[in-house]
Amino acid sequence: MYSEKVMEHFRNPRNVGEIKDADGVGEVGNPVCGDLMKITIKVENDRISDIKFQTFGCGAAIATSSMVTELAKGLTLEEALKISRQTVADALGGLPPKKMHCSNLAADGLRRAIVDYLKKNNRMDKIKELGLEKELEKMEKGELDDHGELCEGV
Amino acid sequence: MAYFDYANGCPVDERVIEAMLPYMTDEIGNPSSVHSMGLKARKALDEARDRVSDLINGKEGDIIFTSGATEANNLAIIGYSMRNKRKGDHIIVSSIEHMSVINSCKFLQKNGFEVSYIPVDRNGVVRIEELENSIRKETILITVQHANGEIGTIQPIEEIGKIAKEYDIAFHVDATASLGKIEVDVERMGADLVTLSSNDIYGPRGVGGLFIRKGVRIQPIIVGGGQEKGYRSGTENVAGIVGFGEAAEITEEEYREEAKREEKLRDEMIERILDGIEESYLNGHPELRLPNNVNVRFSFVEGESLVLSLDMEGIYVSTASACTSKTLEPSHVLIACGLKHEEAHGSLLFTLGRGNKEEDVDRLMEALPRVVERLRMMSPLYKKKS
Repeated sequence: MYSEKVMEHFRNPRNVGEIKDADGVGEVGNPVCGDLMKITIKVENDRISDIKFQTFGCGAAIATSSMVTELAKGLTLEEALKISRQTVADALGGLPPKKMHCSNLAADGLRRAIVDYLKKNNRMDKIKELGLEKELEKMEKGELDDHGELCEGV
Repeated sequence: MAYFDYANGCPVDERVIEAMLPYMTDEIGNPSSVHSMGLKARKALDEARDRVSDLINGKEGDIIFTSGATEANNLAIIGYSMRNKRKGDHIIVSSIEHMSVINSCKFLQKNGFEVSYIPVDRNGVVRIEELENSIRKETILITVQHANGEIGTIQPIEEIGKIAKEYDIAFHVDATASLGKIEVDVERMGADLVTLSSNDIYGPRGVGGLFIRKGVRIQPIIVGGGQEKGYRSGTENVAGIVGFGEAAEITEEEYREEAKREEKLRDEMIERILDGIEESYLNGHPELRLPNNVNVRFSFVEGESLVLSLDMEGIYVSTASACTSKTLEPSHVLIACGLKHEEAHGSLLFTLGRGNKEEDVDRLMEALPRVVERLRMMSPLYKKKS
């Protein structure tokens, strides 16, 4: 079902854990759908110097989390924001179609961690410049994700 | 390796393969042919029919062979309802049936029937009073499984059979999960239609059967040359049916002892898992349970990642949650039992079979606590609660 790369990241996930004094925290997913993800980042000079993840979810959810931390480490915030769900899936050699949606939330988690960092540092101008106001709004409302309505039975 | 997935895939008994082989090489006659080779095939079919019938005390009816339990469930529910719709248009079904039952009912709903889905209690036992209360004068069919393949709960099937009889309503029982594990006696169950599967009793895949009581009228759903007394057209799968018959005879002789053995293994497994792993809970009924079924949920972790992790250790299990299904909805069975979605997502299904030994349980218990712990350490939910 999964590519070798997905299984490799599932077997040996990179950057598992939680940065205690994180500069930014991003949470996405919904345990109701079977996925919940938390990304913590350290930022130095607008560059992601450290990143860790915690994930409750299926194989794809764990592998995409691991991959996103690997991709994002060392990037500037702008560069990191360019990482999309597709970037993550491609880097993993593809994902089964039904996993693309619900279990591929890591890029969203990263984006939220960046928004959280900018907000904590009162950089609303930067949030606007990068077009992240909507994301911030959702986070402030406490919306965990934007795919709940697509998970039947929720 | 340790294989705990017998309900999803069962090996075919060597003796069954032996019995089937001639019907794939030399005895190739079509049972509908009038020559002597055709006659031989016809005899082989009849003999298999008797053997399957003997296993379920089915002398008061007929066995119709199908391509498996899914087709038999479709034939029973759709076939009976379509044939008897002038009597009424209401069907009663439990909410934890196999999808081939649920979706047969949904098909009928789209075609003008009304369906009542009866809830179950936390252990997965059908709420009988609610079942009885939902009977109307238009009710023509009650369908309830003998035992649930996912959580192992055995239903009070004889009581339901009595209710059906009292109200003169046809009673269909899906005995796929129970056949060869506990006694399946169509008379004691009071059933009019009973679904049977070959692979679940170490017969070949692609074969199943439907018991139809004398006098019960159904309409075929596969039409053609009128094989199987017109109930199921298409040239008979002679080798497969012979295999099913052989498997039924072996089952009749051996299942009681095997069930006792598996039950012991089951209880040991449940005890060791619940004792060895904190925040693990048994799904399904603690006593009214199939001897080969263990279904456990582990808080803070998700089932598929448990399956993949155990797979890496050479241990084969299934997730009870249908996380790979189109909608990513968790198991409808666990949700019907009142589990929260996140609880249902963290459940594992182990089904035992003839090949399982004590060592398999040792092997499982060497790996499972470690695997659960590793995934919990990754889980944001675990941190929050501890």
